[in-house]
Amino acid sequence: MSRIIVVGNGMVGYRFCDKLRNSPAASAFEIIVYGEEPRPAYDRVHLSDYFRGMTGDNLLMAPRSWYEEHNIELHTGELVTEIDRTQKIIRTHNGRTDHYDILVLATGSAAFVPTMEGTERHGVFVYRTIEDLHHIETYSKKASRGAVMGGGLLGLEAAKALVDLGLETHVVEFAPRLMPRQVDDAGADVLKMKLQQFGLHVHTGKNTQAIEGNGKLEGLVFSDGSRLAVDMLVISAGIRPRDELARACGLRVAARGGIVVDDYMRTDDASIFAIGECVSHNNMVYGLVAPGYEMAEVVVRQLNSDVSRSFRGFDMSTKLKLIGVDVASFGDPFAETPGSVPIAFKDTRKGVYKRINVSEDGKYLVGGILVGDASAYNMLHQMVVNRMPLPENPEALIGIGAGAHEQEGGGVGDLPDTAQICSCENVTKADIVGQVTQHGATKIEDIKKATRACTGCGGCTPLVNDLLKQTLESLGHTIGKSLCEHFDYSRQELYDIVRVTGARTFDDLLDSHGKGDGCEICKPAVASILASAWNEPVPELPTIQDTNDRYLANIQRGGTYSVVPRIPGGEITPAKLMAIGRIAKKYNLYTKITGGQRIDMFGARVDQLPDIWEELIAEGFESGHAYGKALRTIKSCVGSTWCRYGVQDSVSFAIFIENRYKGLRAPHKIKGAVSGCIRECAEAQSKDFGIIATENGWNLYVCGNGGARPQHAKLLVADVDRETCVKLVDRFLMYYIRTADPLTRTATWLNKMEGGLEYLRDVIVNDSLGIGETLEKEIQDLIANYECEWKRVVESPHLRAQYRHFVNSEDNDDTLQFVTMRGQKCPVDWNKNT
Amino acid sequence: MKKTRPIQSDATGVTSWFRAARVSEFPADGGACVQYRHLQIAVFNFARRNEWYACQNQCPHKMQMVLSRGLIGSQAGEPKVACPFHKRTFSLKSGQCLNAEEDQITVFPVKVEDGFVFIGVPE
Ligand code: SRM
Ligand SMILES: Cc1cc2nc3c(=O)[nH]c(=O)nc-3n(C[C@H](O)[C@H](O)[C@H](O)COP(=O)(O)OP(=O)(O)OC[C@H]3O[C@@H](n4cnc5c(N)ncnc54)[C@H](O)[C@@H]3O)c2cc1C
Ligand code: SF4
Ligand code: FES
Repeated sequence: MSRIIVVGNGMVGYRFCDKLRNSPAASAFEIIVYGEEPRPAYDRVHLSDYFRGMTGDNLLMAPRSWYEEHNIELHTGELVTEIDRTQKIIRTHNGRTDHYDILVLATGSAAFVPTMEGTERHGVFVYRTIEDLHHIETYSKKASRGAVMGGGLLGLEAAKALVDLGLETHVVEFAPRLMPRQVDDAGADVLKMKLQQFGLHVHTGKNTQAIEGNGKLEGLVFSDGSRLAVDMLVISAGIRPRDELARACGLRVAARGGIVVDDYMRTDDASIFAIGECVSHNNMVYGLVAPGYEMAEVVVRQLNSDVSRSFRGFDMSTKLKLIGVDVASFGDPFAETPGSVPIAFKDTRKGVYKRINVSEDGKYLVGGILVGDASAYNMLHQMVVNRMPLPENPEALIGIGAGAHEQEGGGVGDLPDTAQICSCENVTKADIVGQVTQHGATKIEDIKKATRACTGCGGCTPLVNDLLKQTLESLGHTIGKSLCEHFDYSRQELYDIVRVTGARTFDDLLDSHGKGDGCEICKPAVASILASAWNEPVPELPTIQDTNDRYLANIQRGGTYSVVPRIPGGEITPAKLMAIGRIAKKYNLYTKITGGQRIDMFGARVDQLPDIWEELIAEGFESGHAYGKALRTIKSCVGSTWCRYGVQDSVSFAIFIENRYKGLRAPHKIKGAVSGCIRECAEAQSKDFGIIATENGWNLYVCGNGGARPQHAKLLVADVDRETCVKLVDRFLMYYIRTADPLTRTATWLNKMEGGLEYLRDVIVNDSLGIGETLEKEIQDLIANYECEWKRVVESPHLRAQYRHFVNSEDNDDTLQFVTMRGQKCPVDWNKNT
Repeated sequence: MKKTRPIQSDATGVTSWFRAARVSEFPADGGACVQYRHLQIAVFNFARRNEWYACQNQCPHKMQMVLSRGLIGSQAGEPKVACPFHKRTFSLKSGQCLNAEEDQITVFPVKVEDGFVFIGVPE
């Protein structure tokens, strides 16, 4: 058995051990690891999570016990100080010596600190280890202004951390722009603008000469003579490979630092390998984790005597995980490829910059830059690495010109089998498709387990999801009737079960007919069934309701809510109009006339909702159920009362209908309209049910829909009198409530119905199933038991109590931010909202 | 290798326990938000499993302070919360996003003692 010593227990050193122990030859090796840091390897990539409450231990790549379980001898807090290559011995700082057959150097890198006056002062830090962050956090408590030296990837991450720690934060960059290695001038401008919206102060083209202060730092001096007073500084001026050990024992190191290795990660000593950030490969030091993992893979394969894989450099594309602003840079971002031409567009107002570089022959994408919106990153990046042919109007890829919409992003279908989907674990499209076709994977979890895709940075998850979905569909898998993993029943079956078993709570039903704990799919679905079946007051079932139903209001960008009082048929008295005006003004709400002939008031804080409703109710308003899968509005036209063409009183009928069905819960929202004549000014044929006046009565249309896929309503019956019309609507709605799948509008419900409109007409009009009366009775109960949900909340202290942001403080959410637009308040664009 | 994270009161790495509020403040099988220094923490009373969880209140997708208002449930046994806005779901144990490419959220250990809910927070 040969003895491997790994120097350095960082991300790559750990990954090496993990891979080796999971390889066929595992048992052929003893593994001994020496790590300088006090704790086992942790996830440096997510180091900043430390400030979001993460502790050292939950950042660990694996707990200590893992090393024991995989019989790896781990020495932490022990620095290797010397390598004796002739005797194959290492020596550590506390005198221990140890013999190796194979030595793996995974010593990583250290933050580079430029030589200048004052770097030793108190208050000057680097950003590399958990200890560094701990010291930064402690010191920040007595600091108020901080600066970060270096506006690169890490610098900006550090800056965001200082902002979160509540410091006035300055970023000082020597180059004329931020992220000089990833982004061009135009992109950097947009980035700078966005960062300033976080309250970050950006100083580019500033050459720091000295760090002033006596004992502790007081400020920075720049070569142009200007000064910046700060009481804290984080230096993030790049990395320096930890090659001191190698250098000392005479291994070759690169001029710009880094242990020199060949394509097999071999140093010029046959029994010593080097991997990770401490390495210089073709004069390149890789400051990212993925290449390090690839290096580890290459060495592990050799130890399994497989030389098929060598390290051939690595794509440095990056997507910055800087909270609040997307930045991505891929392939050749600066169009340095001879002949390549950039296509770019910039929207400074929105804070978006997109650039792609197209090869000379216009056939391929060579690279690009995305700032402000990197949603297209995965796909564009794939097009580069796989040299996928470009569409004839490539500008569409970044959303310019014709066909932009379809084009943006592109589809996984076009990817070649060899396409590398997960770069951290080097998983190809073929690997993933194979898991589905050969090994019967049906869930993303299966694929993660089998291939480890998505387990690294997770960046490929959307692509893997798409691939999974596509492949499953291609195999003819249809999503079963079952609601979700917790109920193997359709909504209709559950409705009947509830009716028969008399289940009245979600838990009852889950215990008797489900499994697990429920989820965001089945909870609201069951809530709606219980509401329809038993008239359970929605406010009494708060925690199984979707948020809009839980707070009886529609959540809006920024986390405030909108308030929509019912205005039946769109008819409203001047007095009520003024009441709305007064209340909206009092609570400073944005007001708008909706597409449903009523008024929406936006921007109410959760704690204000009951007060606002109390006042609305006092003025005679009721809930408009804009938040619910329920009856929304019955639009009307003025009809015969005023209109010279009107043949019936459509307003009165609309108001009657809206009051009859208000509060009705359904699988999806229900909307209706009544028009006074064939001109159809109320757009009744675009509603779930629409009524149009004729000379001799009313025509009833059903299952229309606007929205995503508009569909005209179909004529169910013609020229019926008012009573018949109402009776048929009763039956129609109740039948829909009973039988439709969750979140299925009446149009889709009909489209899926066997026998289509004919069948529906048989059931509703000809009562072919003989359930007509039952349906009428059931809906009668619902109508009889109607109550205004908001009235109940306003009057019930225990319900009212739920309307506050914090349970342990009277404060309001101080993250809410508004801007003024045309004289009214609006939420800030949530891409800017930190 | 999945990262290990504290989930219950025996969690390691906690430097101090902060008394959030009375148990009765937290709806059964639902969440509520508590304030701790500059942090907003979402706390969930997973009554059905008779477990408690806590995580950052902010959804990493659009930086919305709303996770405490999300529906909780489980996926293959893993407790999760769904963001009200676009239904990104996050494991309440690991903080991993379960159905999209989002940053992992921070989770905090929770313990319940004499009627009060305590959250384990870093010093
Ligand atoms: C406020 C309003 C837009 C406006 O300013 O006019 C609006 C706003 C929203 N609509 Fe709408 N829709 C509004 C009229 C419409 C209309 C027009 C109409 O009702 O005559 C339609 C097309 C007609 C239809 O529904 O068939 C419409 C089709 C949708 C759809 C697509 C439905 C579909 O079947 O495809 C959605 C998405 C959904 O419901 O799943 C939607 C969803 C929404 C939501 C609730 C999205 C959400 O969940 O936050 C929006 C927030 C409402 C709020 O108050 O916060 N809204 N929405 C209108 C409120 C009407 C009302 O007074 O209640
Ligand atoms: C804040 C931050 C954010 C980052 N974000 C990203 C990102 O988003 N994406 C990305 O790909 N990369 C990112 N990185 C870079 C990534 O963390 C590194 O590429 C990765 O950690 C390299 O792993 P490594 O094992 O080679 O080096 P390290 O993780 O640095 O591990 C080296 C270890 O060896 C130890 N050591 C050194 N010399 C000795 C010795 N003589 N004896 C014993 N032990 C020794 C060191 O103490 C250290 O613990 C980030 C880095 C930081 C600091
Ligand atoms: S159309 Fe879209 S954006 Fe406009 S209100 Fe309806 S849902 Fe919102
Ligand atoms: S904001 Fe949470 S999912 Fe979009």
